[in-house]
Amino acid sequence: MIWIVSIAVLVMLAAAVAVMVLPNMVAAVAASSVVSLALAVLFALMKAPDVAMTEAAIGAGLSGLLLAMGLKRLGLWRLED
Amino acid sequence: MRNVSGLLFAGGLAFLLLVLASQLPYGHTAMTLGGAILAHAPGEVHTANIVAAVLLAYRGIDTLGELSILFTAAAGVGLILGHSSLRSNNVQQSEQAESGFITTRAVDLLMPLLIVVGFYIIFYGHVTPGGGFQGGVILAIAFFLPALVRPGNPIDHGLITLLEGLAGGGFILVGLWALWYDKPFLQPIFDSFLGTGPLGSLWSAGTLPLLYLAVGLKVGAELAGLLVTVVDVPDLSNENSDSNAVNKK
Amino acid sequence: MSMPAIEVVLYTGAIGLSVIGLAGLLLHNNVFRMLLALVMLEAGVNLLLILAGFRLAGVAPIILPEQMHNLSAITMNDPVPQALVLTAIVIGVGVQALGLALIMRIKAQYGTLNMLKIREQLEFDLAAQAEVTTPVSAHSPGSLAQGRVRQRVSEAITQKDEQ
Repeated sequence: MIWIVSIAVLVMLAAAVAVMVLPNMVAAVAASSVVSLALAVLFALMKAPDVAMTEAAIGAGLSGLLLAMGLKRLGLWRLED
Repeated sequence: MRNVSGLLFAGGLAFLLLVLASQLPYGHTAMTLGGAILAHAPGEVHTANIVAAVLLAYRGIDTLGELSILFTAAAGVGLILGHSSLRSNNVQQSEQAESGFITTRAVDLLMPLLIVVGFYIIFYGHVTPGGGFQGGVILAIAFFLPALVRPGNPIDHGLITLLEGLAGGGFILVGLWALWYDKPFLQPIFDSFLGTGPLGSLWSAGTLPLLYLAVGLKVGAELAGLLVTVVDVPDLSNENSDSNAVNKK
Repeated sequence: MSMPAIEVVLYTGAIGLSVIGLAGLLLHNNVFRMLLALVMLEAGVNLLLILAGFRLAGVAPIILPEQMHNLSAITMNDPVPQALVLTAIVIGVGVQALGLALIMRIKAQYGTLNMLKIREQLEFDLAAQAEVTTPVSAHSPGSLAQGRVRQRVSEAITQKDEQ
């Protein structure tokens, strides 16, 4: 239990730092999806299955889609660099 | 200067939250309201999923308010992005090519499965984890994906608006139905034919499954509308924007 | 190496996520990056709320068929924070979409995502609308920049008068 929680928290914090410092916006949006996914794992471990499902569907799925489409429209969609 | 004050502010928040966390008894939270709900919900609302009971029965008006917040957000997005100056070069939008063969076929195969999963999660929301919010998101994605891979035939905005209005009205009507039985607004009703099954079965919990269906359709229509509005915006990259604008390097 | 207690790890995650979000919100100048930071802040606060409702040896607040007859024997987690967080996540995506829409509008209007440039443009536009020539800004201290803005405003006003 403690190992799974530690790994999930580590992945979450590392991805959150990556969202803030990565120069490429596409990578930042992908990292924000990773944060949501790790958070969903933590919610499931905290015995909150409803919240975990919501976070996985909205945070990792819909929100990432929305932000990626926004990037495309804003002209920030650059995969190189 | 701004960086220093920002860092100080973030440090202050960290200190505040640390103090709060050290005061909280981890794992032994005093739950007066939660304990009362846990004790009474199985007998009063007959839901196996107590979170659903809190959302729709004990805090039903909050959920109605939450739906109206979501509606306001969607209306705001439509107002901001529906402006005519963003629609001027809409021609290039319809010329966008279809996605590749594999993507289109995969979406065609996925869409019915996603719809089934979404409705399953909505209908079993009061028995198992899940419910209107989660299922509604899956429905929104299911109806949006075909429009994403085939920009030629987008989703009908009028249909989305109609579905949204019907679902919102349905939620309020089910709430008003309780008044017929001399009960407060949005209290679950246990009729002779509705929701009288044993705890944990699909046909239990009174009008709660109807409310969850309304929530699911409303959330699905709202979020699909949001996605469609955002995807309809033309390309805003610097090449075709105003000439006086300061280019970002 | 001894592992820290589980609550220390969990609270570190929640508080760390909130602080990273707030610091990003305050330190970045790019409005899209600020939106991402807002998402992080929201996620951290949600985790903090769920932690407040957690109980040791508690199970998910869902009654299983075999537990139906001795409900008092099982400890369940607090369902109220879970319901609160569930609605907060859904509202969060609505707020996110509204922010994205505002960012797109800003991009279409000003062609930049840099907050400082947007503010300068906005002050100029506001001054031109109000027909005043002295837009005093705490963020453009250089007299050169202010003089430039002043000149542009007076040009705009004369154009308006000519019309």
